[in-house]
Amino acid sequence: MGIFEYAPAPESRDLANLKPHYRPFVNGEFVDGSGEPLKTINPATEEVLAEVGTASVSDVDTAVKAARKAYTGVWSKMPGSERAKYLFRIARLIQERSRELAVLESLDNGKPIKESRDSDVPTAAAHFFYHAGWADKLDYAGYGPNPRPLGVAGQVIPWNFPLLMLAWKIAPALATGNTVVLKPAETTPLTALVFAEICQQAELPPGVVNILPGAGDIGAALVGHGDVNKVAFTGSTDVGKAIQRQVAGTSKKLTLELGGKAANIVFDDAALDQAVEGIVNGIFFNQGHVCCAGSRLLVQESIAEELLEKLRYRVSTLRLGDPLDKNTDIGAINSAEQLAKIKGLVESGDAEGAQRWTSPCPVPERGFFFAPTVFSDVQQSMRIAREEIFGPVLSVLTFRTPDEAVTKANNTPYGLSAGIWTEKGSRILWMANQLRAGVVWANTFNRFDPAAPFGGYQESGFGREGGRAGLEAYLDV
Amino acid sequence: MSDRISVAKTYKLYIGGKFPRSESGRVYPVTDSKGKFLANASHASRKDVRDAVSAARKAFGGWSSATAYNRGQVLYRVAEMLEGRREQFVAEVSASEGVAAKKAQSLVDASIDRWVWYAGWTDKIATVLGAANPVAGPYFSFTVPEPTGVVGVLAPQQSSLLGLVSVLAPVLATGSTAVVVSSADRPLPAITLSEVLATSDLPGGVANILTGRASELGSWLASHGDVNALDPTGAEPSARADLARDAAGTVKRVLTVPDTEPDWTADADMARLRRYLEAKTVWHPLGV
Repeated sequence: MGIFEYAPAPESRDLANLKPHYRPFVNGEFVDGSGEPLKTINPATEEVLAEVGTASVSDVDTAVKAARKAYTGVWSKMPGSERAKYLFRIARLIQERSRELAVLESLDNGKPIKESRDSDVPTAAAHFFYHAGWADKLDYAGYGPNPRPLGVAGQVIPWNFPLLMLAWKIAPALATGNTVVLKPAETTPLTALVFAEICQQAELPPGVVNILPGAGDIGAALVGHGDVNKVAFTGSTDVGKAIQRQVAGTSKKLTLELGGKAANIVFDDAALDQAVEGIVNGIFFNQGHVCCAGSRLLVQESIAEELLEKLRYRVSTLRLGDPLDKNTDIGAINSAEQLAKIKGLVESGDAEGAQRWTSPCPVPERGFFFAPTVFSDVQQSMRIAREEIFGPVLSVLTFRTPDEAVTKANNTPYGLSAGIWTEKGSRILWMANQLRAGVVWANTFNRFDPAAPFGGYQESGFGREGGRAGLEAYLDV
Repeated sequence: MSDRISVAKTYKLYIGGKFPRSESGRVYPVTDSKGKFLANASHASRKDVRDAVSAARKAFGGWSSATAYNRGQVLYRVAEMLEGRREQFVAEVSASEGVAAKKAQSLVDASIDRWVWYAGWTDKIATVLGAANPVAGPYFSFTVPEPTGVVGVLAPQQSSLLGLVSVLAPVLATGSTAVVVSSADRPLPAITLSEVLATSDLPGGVANILTGRASELGSWLASHGDVNALDPTGAEPSARADLARDAAGTVKRVLTVPDTEPDWTADADMARLRRYLEAKTVWHPLGV
């Protein structure tokens, strides 16, 4: 065994309490959806995990009706102090069932257990805790006295952080007095349906939360339903634009959290080893399935070679493989379809003349895996510098002056996040000012907290999640 | 005995701090509320919209990075200039909207006061909408509001001055820049406002005012790739959905507006300011 080899330390998959069948959750009950059932698979092994009943368009109507009834009959009338207690209960139950949720999330999504266990699930619980406290303090949120909820929220979330995105959507919606119909992603419905069990355990009134597994057509039906007052979507910019078109001309309030192509900018005075850790965390966290991933590394020319050498060495030590192994750094790509997209974009990088370096780590034969890859000699015109890859692929560009770094960083229609690495405080603040991005991480990357607003500029969407700013999305103000 | 012949004015557009004619060479007659001819106004075209957006983009860097104190002073200066041309505005509002002089006076006064109200917001927006975020970890995290960019504004069709001021001033107060299409049938107060803006300290291009038809120009603003937000107030309600669909092509921020023109004399709130602001969250580790 070499110095960086470890014995396998797999988490027990029995903790997931995996069931053979899961069903949609409507009006407080698990029901038979009238859509075609789907089989959700473990992307690390390609084995079928469970069969999941899906909703049909008529089920969307049933769920929206249940949400409307719960809104007018119970939830919007309930004092904020009582709503708060339900949210606190949910937060506690997520914590109590955190191991089960983490294992289930890793099985269904392919992300390493250390990330689902230490990041996704605790942060999801934190979102319910944070928003619980707002439920009876909305008069103090800065939107005038007695701000009103909107009504029924239709929410569509992606597969990269299934439980966390659910928490980002449901916690503020419920805290502000709205009821919810949520569609989880087709490939990752399981933790949302366990969350539905948690709603039952918390004795949340029926209809306040409804969960409809299904494909894009169910999302479209939900977004287009005439009795939905609020639409919240996290996902790709293309789908976001389609949704914005779909709700055009209606009174629905819309918030979008879309794609990104974040610049992670390293200056010559940065602490290089720390920067390398930040770069790795920025692009290889969650297999790069992160809308705010630092997918464009901008390095000051004078240190580019040194940094790249350190980076390649560090990346070569990342362990890729079984998501349930506690030693695993990089898990599985979520689906065969996503793996094909990543491969296509990487081939375009080769074809357009960028220099590809791929980690020599062993790649399992079964399952959807992609070894961490770093492209150097990348030009701004290349597809790998412009398009969101949504995988463990980093594109490296160089710059000479801070102004050039700003120009290159802002040379994108996206504007979700950015990173700055320098020891000079005044430069951090200047750069943070210049960058057209909703989140700027300085000497760190990929930090999230329910108290800190998150969201994009330009084609990365509009509206914020988290903090006081995030409440606006669910209030009639 | 002959009466003095008045000096007839030729009205032009206001783009980039200058007063060009419409590229199209088109003009249209402006009448008062009783149909009496008042003047010819420029009939702006698609190319004028593009020129105005380009001027607004060019001006954005300077205006958005000016200090809030400076922006407040500039906007207050505009209010001073408005006050100085009060009588002209009263006459034009009265003619345009067909209201009595007394009513026109109160509308002009309200417009000046509203401009002052927004001038006072520039250096308070960050305090009221920004935040220090108490994150659970060794990080300093703060959130600051920032202007969204170039805003396309279809000004109200009925309220020729108070409505116009109510939709333009919040854009400028946030640090964004504006391309405004004025009321089609009541453009004279907008033209006079552009003369006020030109002679105040507002940098050229920060506000651009086009006279013309929202029905013709709206879709060019809504679909323009370099416009970041859209206020469809002056569009026909039946045209709003198409504008919103056009705006989706670049994920524009679209202001939600009622079908009928609101009562502009009611107190303003922060809703319009908020729509033209992004929230930027910055994180930095704490440590020694």
